Amino acid sequence: MIMRIALLLACLAAPVWAGDLMPAIPVATGDPHPEGNDYMRRNHMEMMKHDRDLTLREGDRDIGASLGQCFDCHAVEVAGEPVGYDNEQHFCRTCHDYAAVKVDCFMCHTSKPSTDIHRTMATADEPNSIAAYLTRVEGAEQ
Amino acid sequence: MERTIYREIRATPQVMQLGGLLAAFILAALWSVYTVEHHGHVITGMTNQIVWGLPHVFAIFLIVAASGALNVASIASVFGQKAYKPMARFSSLLAIALLVGGLAVVVLDLGRPDRLIVAMTTYNFSSVFAWNVLLYNGFIVIVGGYLVLQMMRKVDPRLVKAAGLVAFLWRLALTTGTGSIFGWLVARPGYDAAIMAPLFIVMSFAFGLAVFILVTLWLFTLSGRIFGDALLIRMGRLLGIFAAAVLYFTAVQHLTNLYATEHGGVERFILRDGGIYTLLFWGVQVVIGGLAPIALVFLNPSRSSTVLAATLVIIGGFAQIYVIVIGGQAYPLDIFPGFDVIEGFNEGIVNPYAPSIYELLLGLGGVAIALFAAGLGAKVLRVLPTNLSDANLPADR
Amino acid sequence: MTNRAELTRRDILKSGAAVASLTLASGVTLMAFGGSADAKGADAGKRWGLLIDAGKCDADCSDCVTACSTENGWGHGDHGSPETDPAWIRKVTLKEQSTGRTVSAPIMCQHCEAPPCVDVCPTGASMQRPDGVVLVDKHICIGCRYCMMACPFKARSFVHEPVADQKVNAPRGNGTVESCTLCVHRVDKGRIPACVEACEQAGHSAILFGDLNDPDSPISKALEQYPSIALRDDLGLNPAVRYQNM
Repeated sequence: MIMRIALLLACLAAPVWAGDLMPAIPVATGDPHPEGNDYMRRNHMEMMKHDRDLTLREGDRDIGASLGQCFDCHAVEVAGEPVGYDNEQHFCRTCHDYAAVKVDCFMCHTSKPSTDIHRTMATADEPNSIAAYLTRVEGAEQ
Repeated sequence: MERTIYREIRATPQVMQLGGLLAAFILAALWSVYTVEHHGHVITGMTNQIVWGLPHVFAIFLIVAASGALNVASIASVFGQKAYKPMARFSSLLAIALLVGGLAVVVLDLGRPDRLIVAMTTYNFSSVFAWNVLLYNGFIVIVGGYLVLQMMRKVDPRLVKAAGLVAFLWRLALTTGTGSIFGWLVARPGYDAAIMAPLFIVMSFAFGLAVFILVTLWLFTLSGRIFGDALLIRMGRLLGIFAAAVLYFTAVQHLTNLYATEHGGVERFILRDGGIYTLLFWGVQVVIGGLAPIALVFLNPSRSSTVLAATLVIIGGFAQIYVIVIGGQAYPLDIFPGFDVIEGFNEGIVNPYAPSIYELLLGLGGVAIALFAAGLGAKVLRVLPTNLSDANLPADR
Repeated sequence: MTNRAELTRRDILKSGAAVASLTLASGVTLMAFGGSADAKGADAGKRWGLLIDAGKCDADCSDCVTACSTENGWGHGDHGSPETDPAWIRKVTLKEQSTGRTVSAPIMCQHCEAPPCVDVCPTGASMQRPDGVVLVDKHICIGCRYCMMACPFKARSFVHEPVADQKVNAPRGNGTVESCTLCVHRVDKGRIPACVEACEQAGHSAILFGDLNDPDSPISKALEQYPSIALRDDLGLNPAVRYQNM
């Protein structure tokens, strides 16, 4: 399947075919992936699928490939607002619409970047940290 | 007596019209599934309290009847009743068709039917449900193989008999599994009982035979073939015995529950105070679907009595499964024994349920799939004997 | 940033349904992705739990429900009714039949040690983390609702209509089942669940959160000192949520 798409892309990349037929891939911010774009194009789903199981089943949130991290660099903004998957300019859709591969992620996941306050570990001075909470509870008991 | 000859049914205009009607029901069910998929289950009558609704009643009826429809073949091959032998092929085919219809309803009612592949590839072996997926798939393979063996020329009869025995044992396991879906739910007082498995087995005997009688007669009438009165009356008597067995197991089920004080509440609900469920239990399941057919086939054995009895057993069967599935959920969970709930939404009260047209269409679509598949099978395969007149019956040993 | 390509590819080959390979892959991933020491994931040595003091719970307060709904983005749907709306946590007020005493408490997923929902799930979507938290893996949930039939506490909800603008940490979608996650996204990052925080802020502190496996934790000490009950204790499921003064 992936091979076929890659082949298709290769064919379409020939100069004669270029132009409107190619997907307009939105420009991302940040450093390029060290693995290279080819690797990411082929394996991004496998990477995300692998890490989603680690996060959900093992609680390992220190992960390398998450939807949120994709949004960090790839989210497309229109008039200053990030667009959702319902907009065909959404970065997932530009390629997926073109390749006619259905994305199942956004039936459950948000498709827009959002400030995730739980991406970093809590420090003991945050009132809602477990550490601060336990100190309060133990203090109240005595 | 002449040799039993099996022939396809011919595509008369009447057959084609009936096929078209069934196809229309199937299309209506698909439209219903599409609509529910689009809007979510919010447009159905199912809720977070009644999580399994009318589609599951249809599905469980079809699945239970599927294993029962195979009985005719088992009676012939395993129990050696030669009179049933000519019907064994169609019995196997109808069993598969009913199962496919029932499974279609279950699958199409899933929240994510697009993930059927997940259900088929990812198994949690501590789940009765997962075991059932294997039992259902195995049933189709085994009964399919049994059907092929029956239809092949020059096959050692002992091999056919062995396949029949395997299919018979498998169908017992399958109905045990279906019953255990409910019997092993410890949380719900209406379900948690080991008797669910044997109860479902006798239910399958009765419902399956009733469906077999009606569908076979229907196809025989359509194709202008003769179904002898004596054979039909004989099958009617068997149906009466099965219906009595269902009543017996139902009585044991409720008497056991009544004896345990903790189950008194759910028993009072089903047997006395449950409104629609009480009416369905006594009026439809016990009287219409139990006592009436028994009286018909034993007090007035005739062709029309048998047909009417089979119809009533099916109606009673639907009522019985409705009472088990919906009634068991309508009765509230006792999360706080010794307390009355004075505030809390839908807590400690009988949960209301009003099925929607989408659920009804999906359920009827499952029935249509089963009948269409059975009819199509009879149309393209040589499974139906040309003559079941009494004069042509093989004598029993 | 390190190059994830080589290690990820190896991990993919090794990963699968088997827990053993996942655990192995977890270690590899941690190193490869530059993981820090403080984020090891769910700790099998811990068992997170709640002790709800019904004596402190105010019948007129539903801050825990509001906080959960806000944190996880569930609530009244566009087309739903109270019967179809999700309820990860709900408040009940009870009256003891023999004495007439009234008592109020929140009910949520009880995070059983032997969860019936996990036993019955045909695909394994209903699952238990190493630290005892019971979750639904919505990636493989097929929406059969058998877990809802099996749950003795009505703790689970089926999403009855399409949802949009989900919270980043609480993915939820039409046609799958969901329930209280014990706010694992917060707990994994060292924060207390939203209901616990809200109850404390409302001045009730009726929900005590902590590690049941740690004998020195406040929750373990409280359980040791005062009588408490588990809902439907007769089923022997050993829930991680217990109730005091019920």
